[in-house]
Amino acid sequence: MTAIDVAILLFLAITAVTIARIRDLWAAVMFTGIYSFLSASWMLLLDAPDVSFTEAAVGAGISTVLMLSTLALTGTTEKASGAKFRPIPFMVVVLTGCMLIYGTLDMPQIGDPSDPIHIHPSPSFVERTQGDMHGLPNVVTAVLGSYRGYDTLGETTVVFTAGIAVLLILRRGKEEDSKTGGRPGSAAASGDNA
Amino acid sequence: MTMVQALGLYNYWVVVFLMMTGFYIVIARRNLIKSILGLNIFQTSVFLLYISMGKIDGATAPIVPPDIAAAAAHHGDHHSDHHGHGEHAGHGVVDHGVDHGVDGATEIAHEAAHSATGYVAMTGIDAENIVYSNPLPSVLMLTAIVVGIATTALALALIVRVREDYGTVEEDEILQINQEEWAAGRERAAKKKKASPGVSAR
Repeated sequence: MTAIDVAILLFLAITAVTIARIRDLWAAVMFTGIYSFLSASWMLLLDAPDVSFTEAAVGAGISTVLMLSTLALTGTTEKASGAKFRPIPFMVVVLTGCMLIYGTLDMPQIGDPSDPIHIHPSPSFVERTQGDMHGLPNVVTAVLGSYRGYDTLGETTVVFTAGIAVLLILRRGKEEDSKTGGRPGSAAASGDNA
Repeated sequence: MTMVQALGLYNYWVVVFLMMTGFYIVIARRNLIKSILGLNIFQTSVFLLYISMGKIDGATAPIVPPDIAAAAAHHGDHHSDHHGHGEHAGHGVVDHGVDHGVDGATEIAHEAAHSATGYVAMTGIDAENIVYSNPLPSVLMLTAIVVGIATTALALALIVRVREDYGTVEEDEILQINQEEWAAGRERAAKKKKASPGVSAR
């Protein structure tokens, strides 16, 4: 646990709280980008460069762009009444948090080589990939592309399905608008048809 | 609980704090976009939880140094070309046996350690004793990140759609509009019911 670790964790916590408190959605989205970038940095410190790159590209990049384009279509400020402190959700959250922290007391120490997670798949993938993959240097790539290839195929299917769904949802809106000549902000009409 | 134990769990506590912040945003904020932001924070903290489990003290990222990897490549496939890594010409690996299972790995590392140049020789790292962090959490989280962005995109598309129909992305306003509609629909249905017996009597 170095000073960098502590600093990044502190920044992460501050950023998260700021996102919860801030009312301007543009600013909140920007803070989400910062949050993703900070977590990417921390992942790099935790020896997971692949996840770090992906998080920086997807979390801080694509996700921010998607959020901003949504904001451009929907408006940028949260209603004042929506951003005030709410005691009941806060209580729920504190209770859940306390339970989770109580649960962590039984967790193995971070970084201990004898943790169950490091012992179970034995021999380790690092040793196995050297023989199986003919010297592919990056073990994460080997596991992702080969040992868990079907998982990655499933992931691709999920992304494909989501992409089609997004296209259908956004296109349906346009078609309906052109059919009825557009009725901005009116929910009553669609409700009646149903 | 000693200080050392507390430090070993410190990561988890911060992750729990981040998770709960995201959870609070999801359940307490009425703006739909804000809820998605909260969901993203929650998601990222779950990634951090898994990644910190995979960390081993004093270990390095699970990427094998080029020398050792190239030696393994020689070992596994004699016909592959390695023009990019000309420095390990003197390995003599071609004469080695066909067995390249798990035992082969140590052998390969051994060979690479004895090569005169390259990464291992330059950095002075003992090739047989490099400790790598666990690659499995990284793999799982890579998948999770990509699936996460897919669901986020879907949620945002739905929000755009909601905004087109309701003219707002505030949850309470949407509920209010729904309730008004429902009441109006009931009124109309009641009127229809009242009117229909009269029609049939005539």
